[in-house]
Amino acid sequence: MTATIERGSATAPVNSPKKAPARKRPGGFLGSSNGKKVVMAVTGAVMVLFLVAHMLGNLKIFFGRDSFNEYAHALRTLLEPIAPYRTLLTILEIVLVVSVVMHMWAAISLSRRASHARPVKYVAKKSQANGYATHIMRFGGATILLFVIWHLLDLTFGVVNPEGFNSTPADRMVSGFDASRWWVTLIYAVAVVMVGLHLRHGIWSAFQTLGWANRNRYRALRVTAAAVSVVLVVGFLAPPLAITFGVIK
Amino acid sequence: MNLTLKVWRQSGPSDAGRMVTYRVEDVSPDMSFLEMLDVLNERLILEGDDPIAFDHDCREGICGMCGMVINGVAHGEQRATTTCQLHMRHFEDDATITIEPWRAAPFPVVKDLVVDRSAFDRIIQAGGFVSVPAGSAPDAHSIPVRKEDADAAFDAATCIGCGACVAACPNGSASLFTAAKITHLSLVPQGQPERLSRAKAMVDQMDAEGFGGCTNTGECTAVCPKGIPLDAIAQMNSDYLKANSK
Repeated sequence: MTATIERGSATAPVNSPKKAPARKRPGGFLGSSNGKKVVMAVTGAVMVLFLVAHMLGNLKIFFGRDSFNEYAHALRTLLEPIAPYRTLLTILEIVLVVSVVMHMWAAISLSRRASHARPVKYVAKKSQANGYATHIMRFGGATILLFVIWHLLDLTFGVVNPEGFNSTPADRMVSGFDASRWWVTLIYAVAVVMVGLHLRHGIWSAFQTLGWANRNRYRALRVTAAAVSVVLVVGFLAPPLAITFGVIK
Repeated sequence: MNLTLKVWRQSGPSDAGRMVTYRVEDVSPDMSFLEMLDVLNERLILEGDDPIAFDHDCREGICGMCGMVINGVAHGEQRATTTCQLHMRHFEDDATITIEPWRAAPFPVVKDLVVDRSAFDRIIQAGGFVSVPAGSAPDAHSIPVRKEDADAAFDAATCIGCGACVAACPNGSASLFTAAKITHLSLVPQGQPERLSRAKAMVDQMDAEGFGGCTNTGECTAVCPKGIPLDAIAQMNSDYLKANSK
């Protein structure tokens, strides 16, 4: 059989080897993907420590409104009279805001890098590892940001709270989660579970990023991440649910 | 076995590419995945069509040349297996199989399923070596190495540079490859003098090539035909951090 075959060129012309990297990026540690990951890990750790303290503070509501208000007041008078009113709290707030901003900056920068790295998507793609928590980190982060904005407007500034700003923290909390505002409790529940999922991957991931993980520690790290996440979710959900269901009045 | 294949066809780097459906009949379950494609290609040639271009060399699972995303999984769903060692008995009769190239900007498609993986070569060139006259193989135990270190270094050194880690990573990151190459030298005495400068140079080259960052999803190690463990990446992170804090 003799057939004339039009095969095209056996190999298509290949681009000559790149002399210089195609994408120029800001140099230095913070310009590198690894450096940005370290930023995510360190700022994430700051936020986890904050969450633990925040959760413990919230649980004061179970000891009564006065106990909760005293705790809120104590936060503002820490280090007094050595330092003026609200000194330490303001410092902590600045550290926290800087952490949030840097965490977001690194996350956005890394996701942009990731989308540039895969311009053509797969027709079929099947995940082979880990679970749900790993794959919703970016979506989860954005959700948590929206929630934090709502949360500050609600319980910190009182803008969307029935008690308004000129009220005690405990009043804002108890009125805010009143059974008539069940949908607020629902928003909080969804958001807190999202935080839990975020930390489920985030906590062990931070250890990996900082180079402190190895094959003998993975199990312990994952169990710790899951345990911290569960404790935080339960601790954060207890007060709003207790108020909505009338346990705390 | 009779199969329906949906294969990515792309005539060259500048072509947009598209999925094309082929029917392959009388496939033996004992054929490897590449042999199945050979059968299809023979038919395509006889029909005067352009055969599907794919990379392959040793067909023994040790060279790292072959590799394609099969049904959404790099090298197919069989764990710790290169495409050439994947056999058709793992597929159902009358199955539909999608076949795509590694998809990453630093791995431009040359043709069909063939991608240009020179980016990996440039990462190695940036620091994946030891600058000492190595000579012939040294006598065993002339340089003492802890058993655990030797094992971990060997695990990392089994990397064949196929690129499945990049293909599987949702971020298109080359972290597992780069980490394997860094780890296999950073755990043995010969690699110590350049340990930190190596990590820095290779990670920076990885970034310069346009690979994404690692988010510790573990997709890479799950598809790695050599099962390179995820802690290689922790080793790389540790070395990179030390290199930058000096």
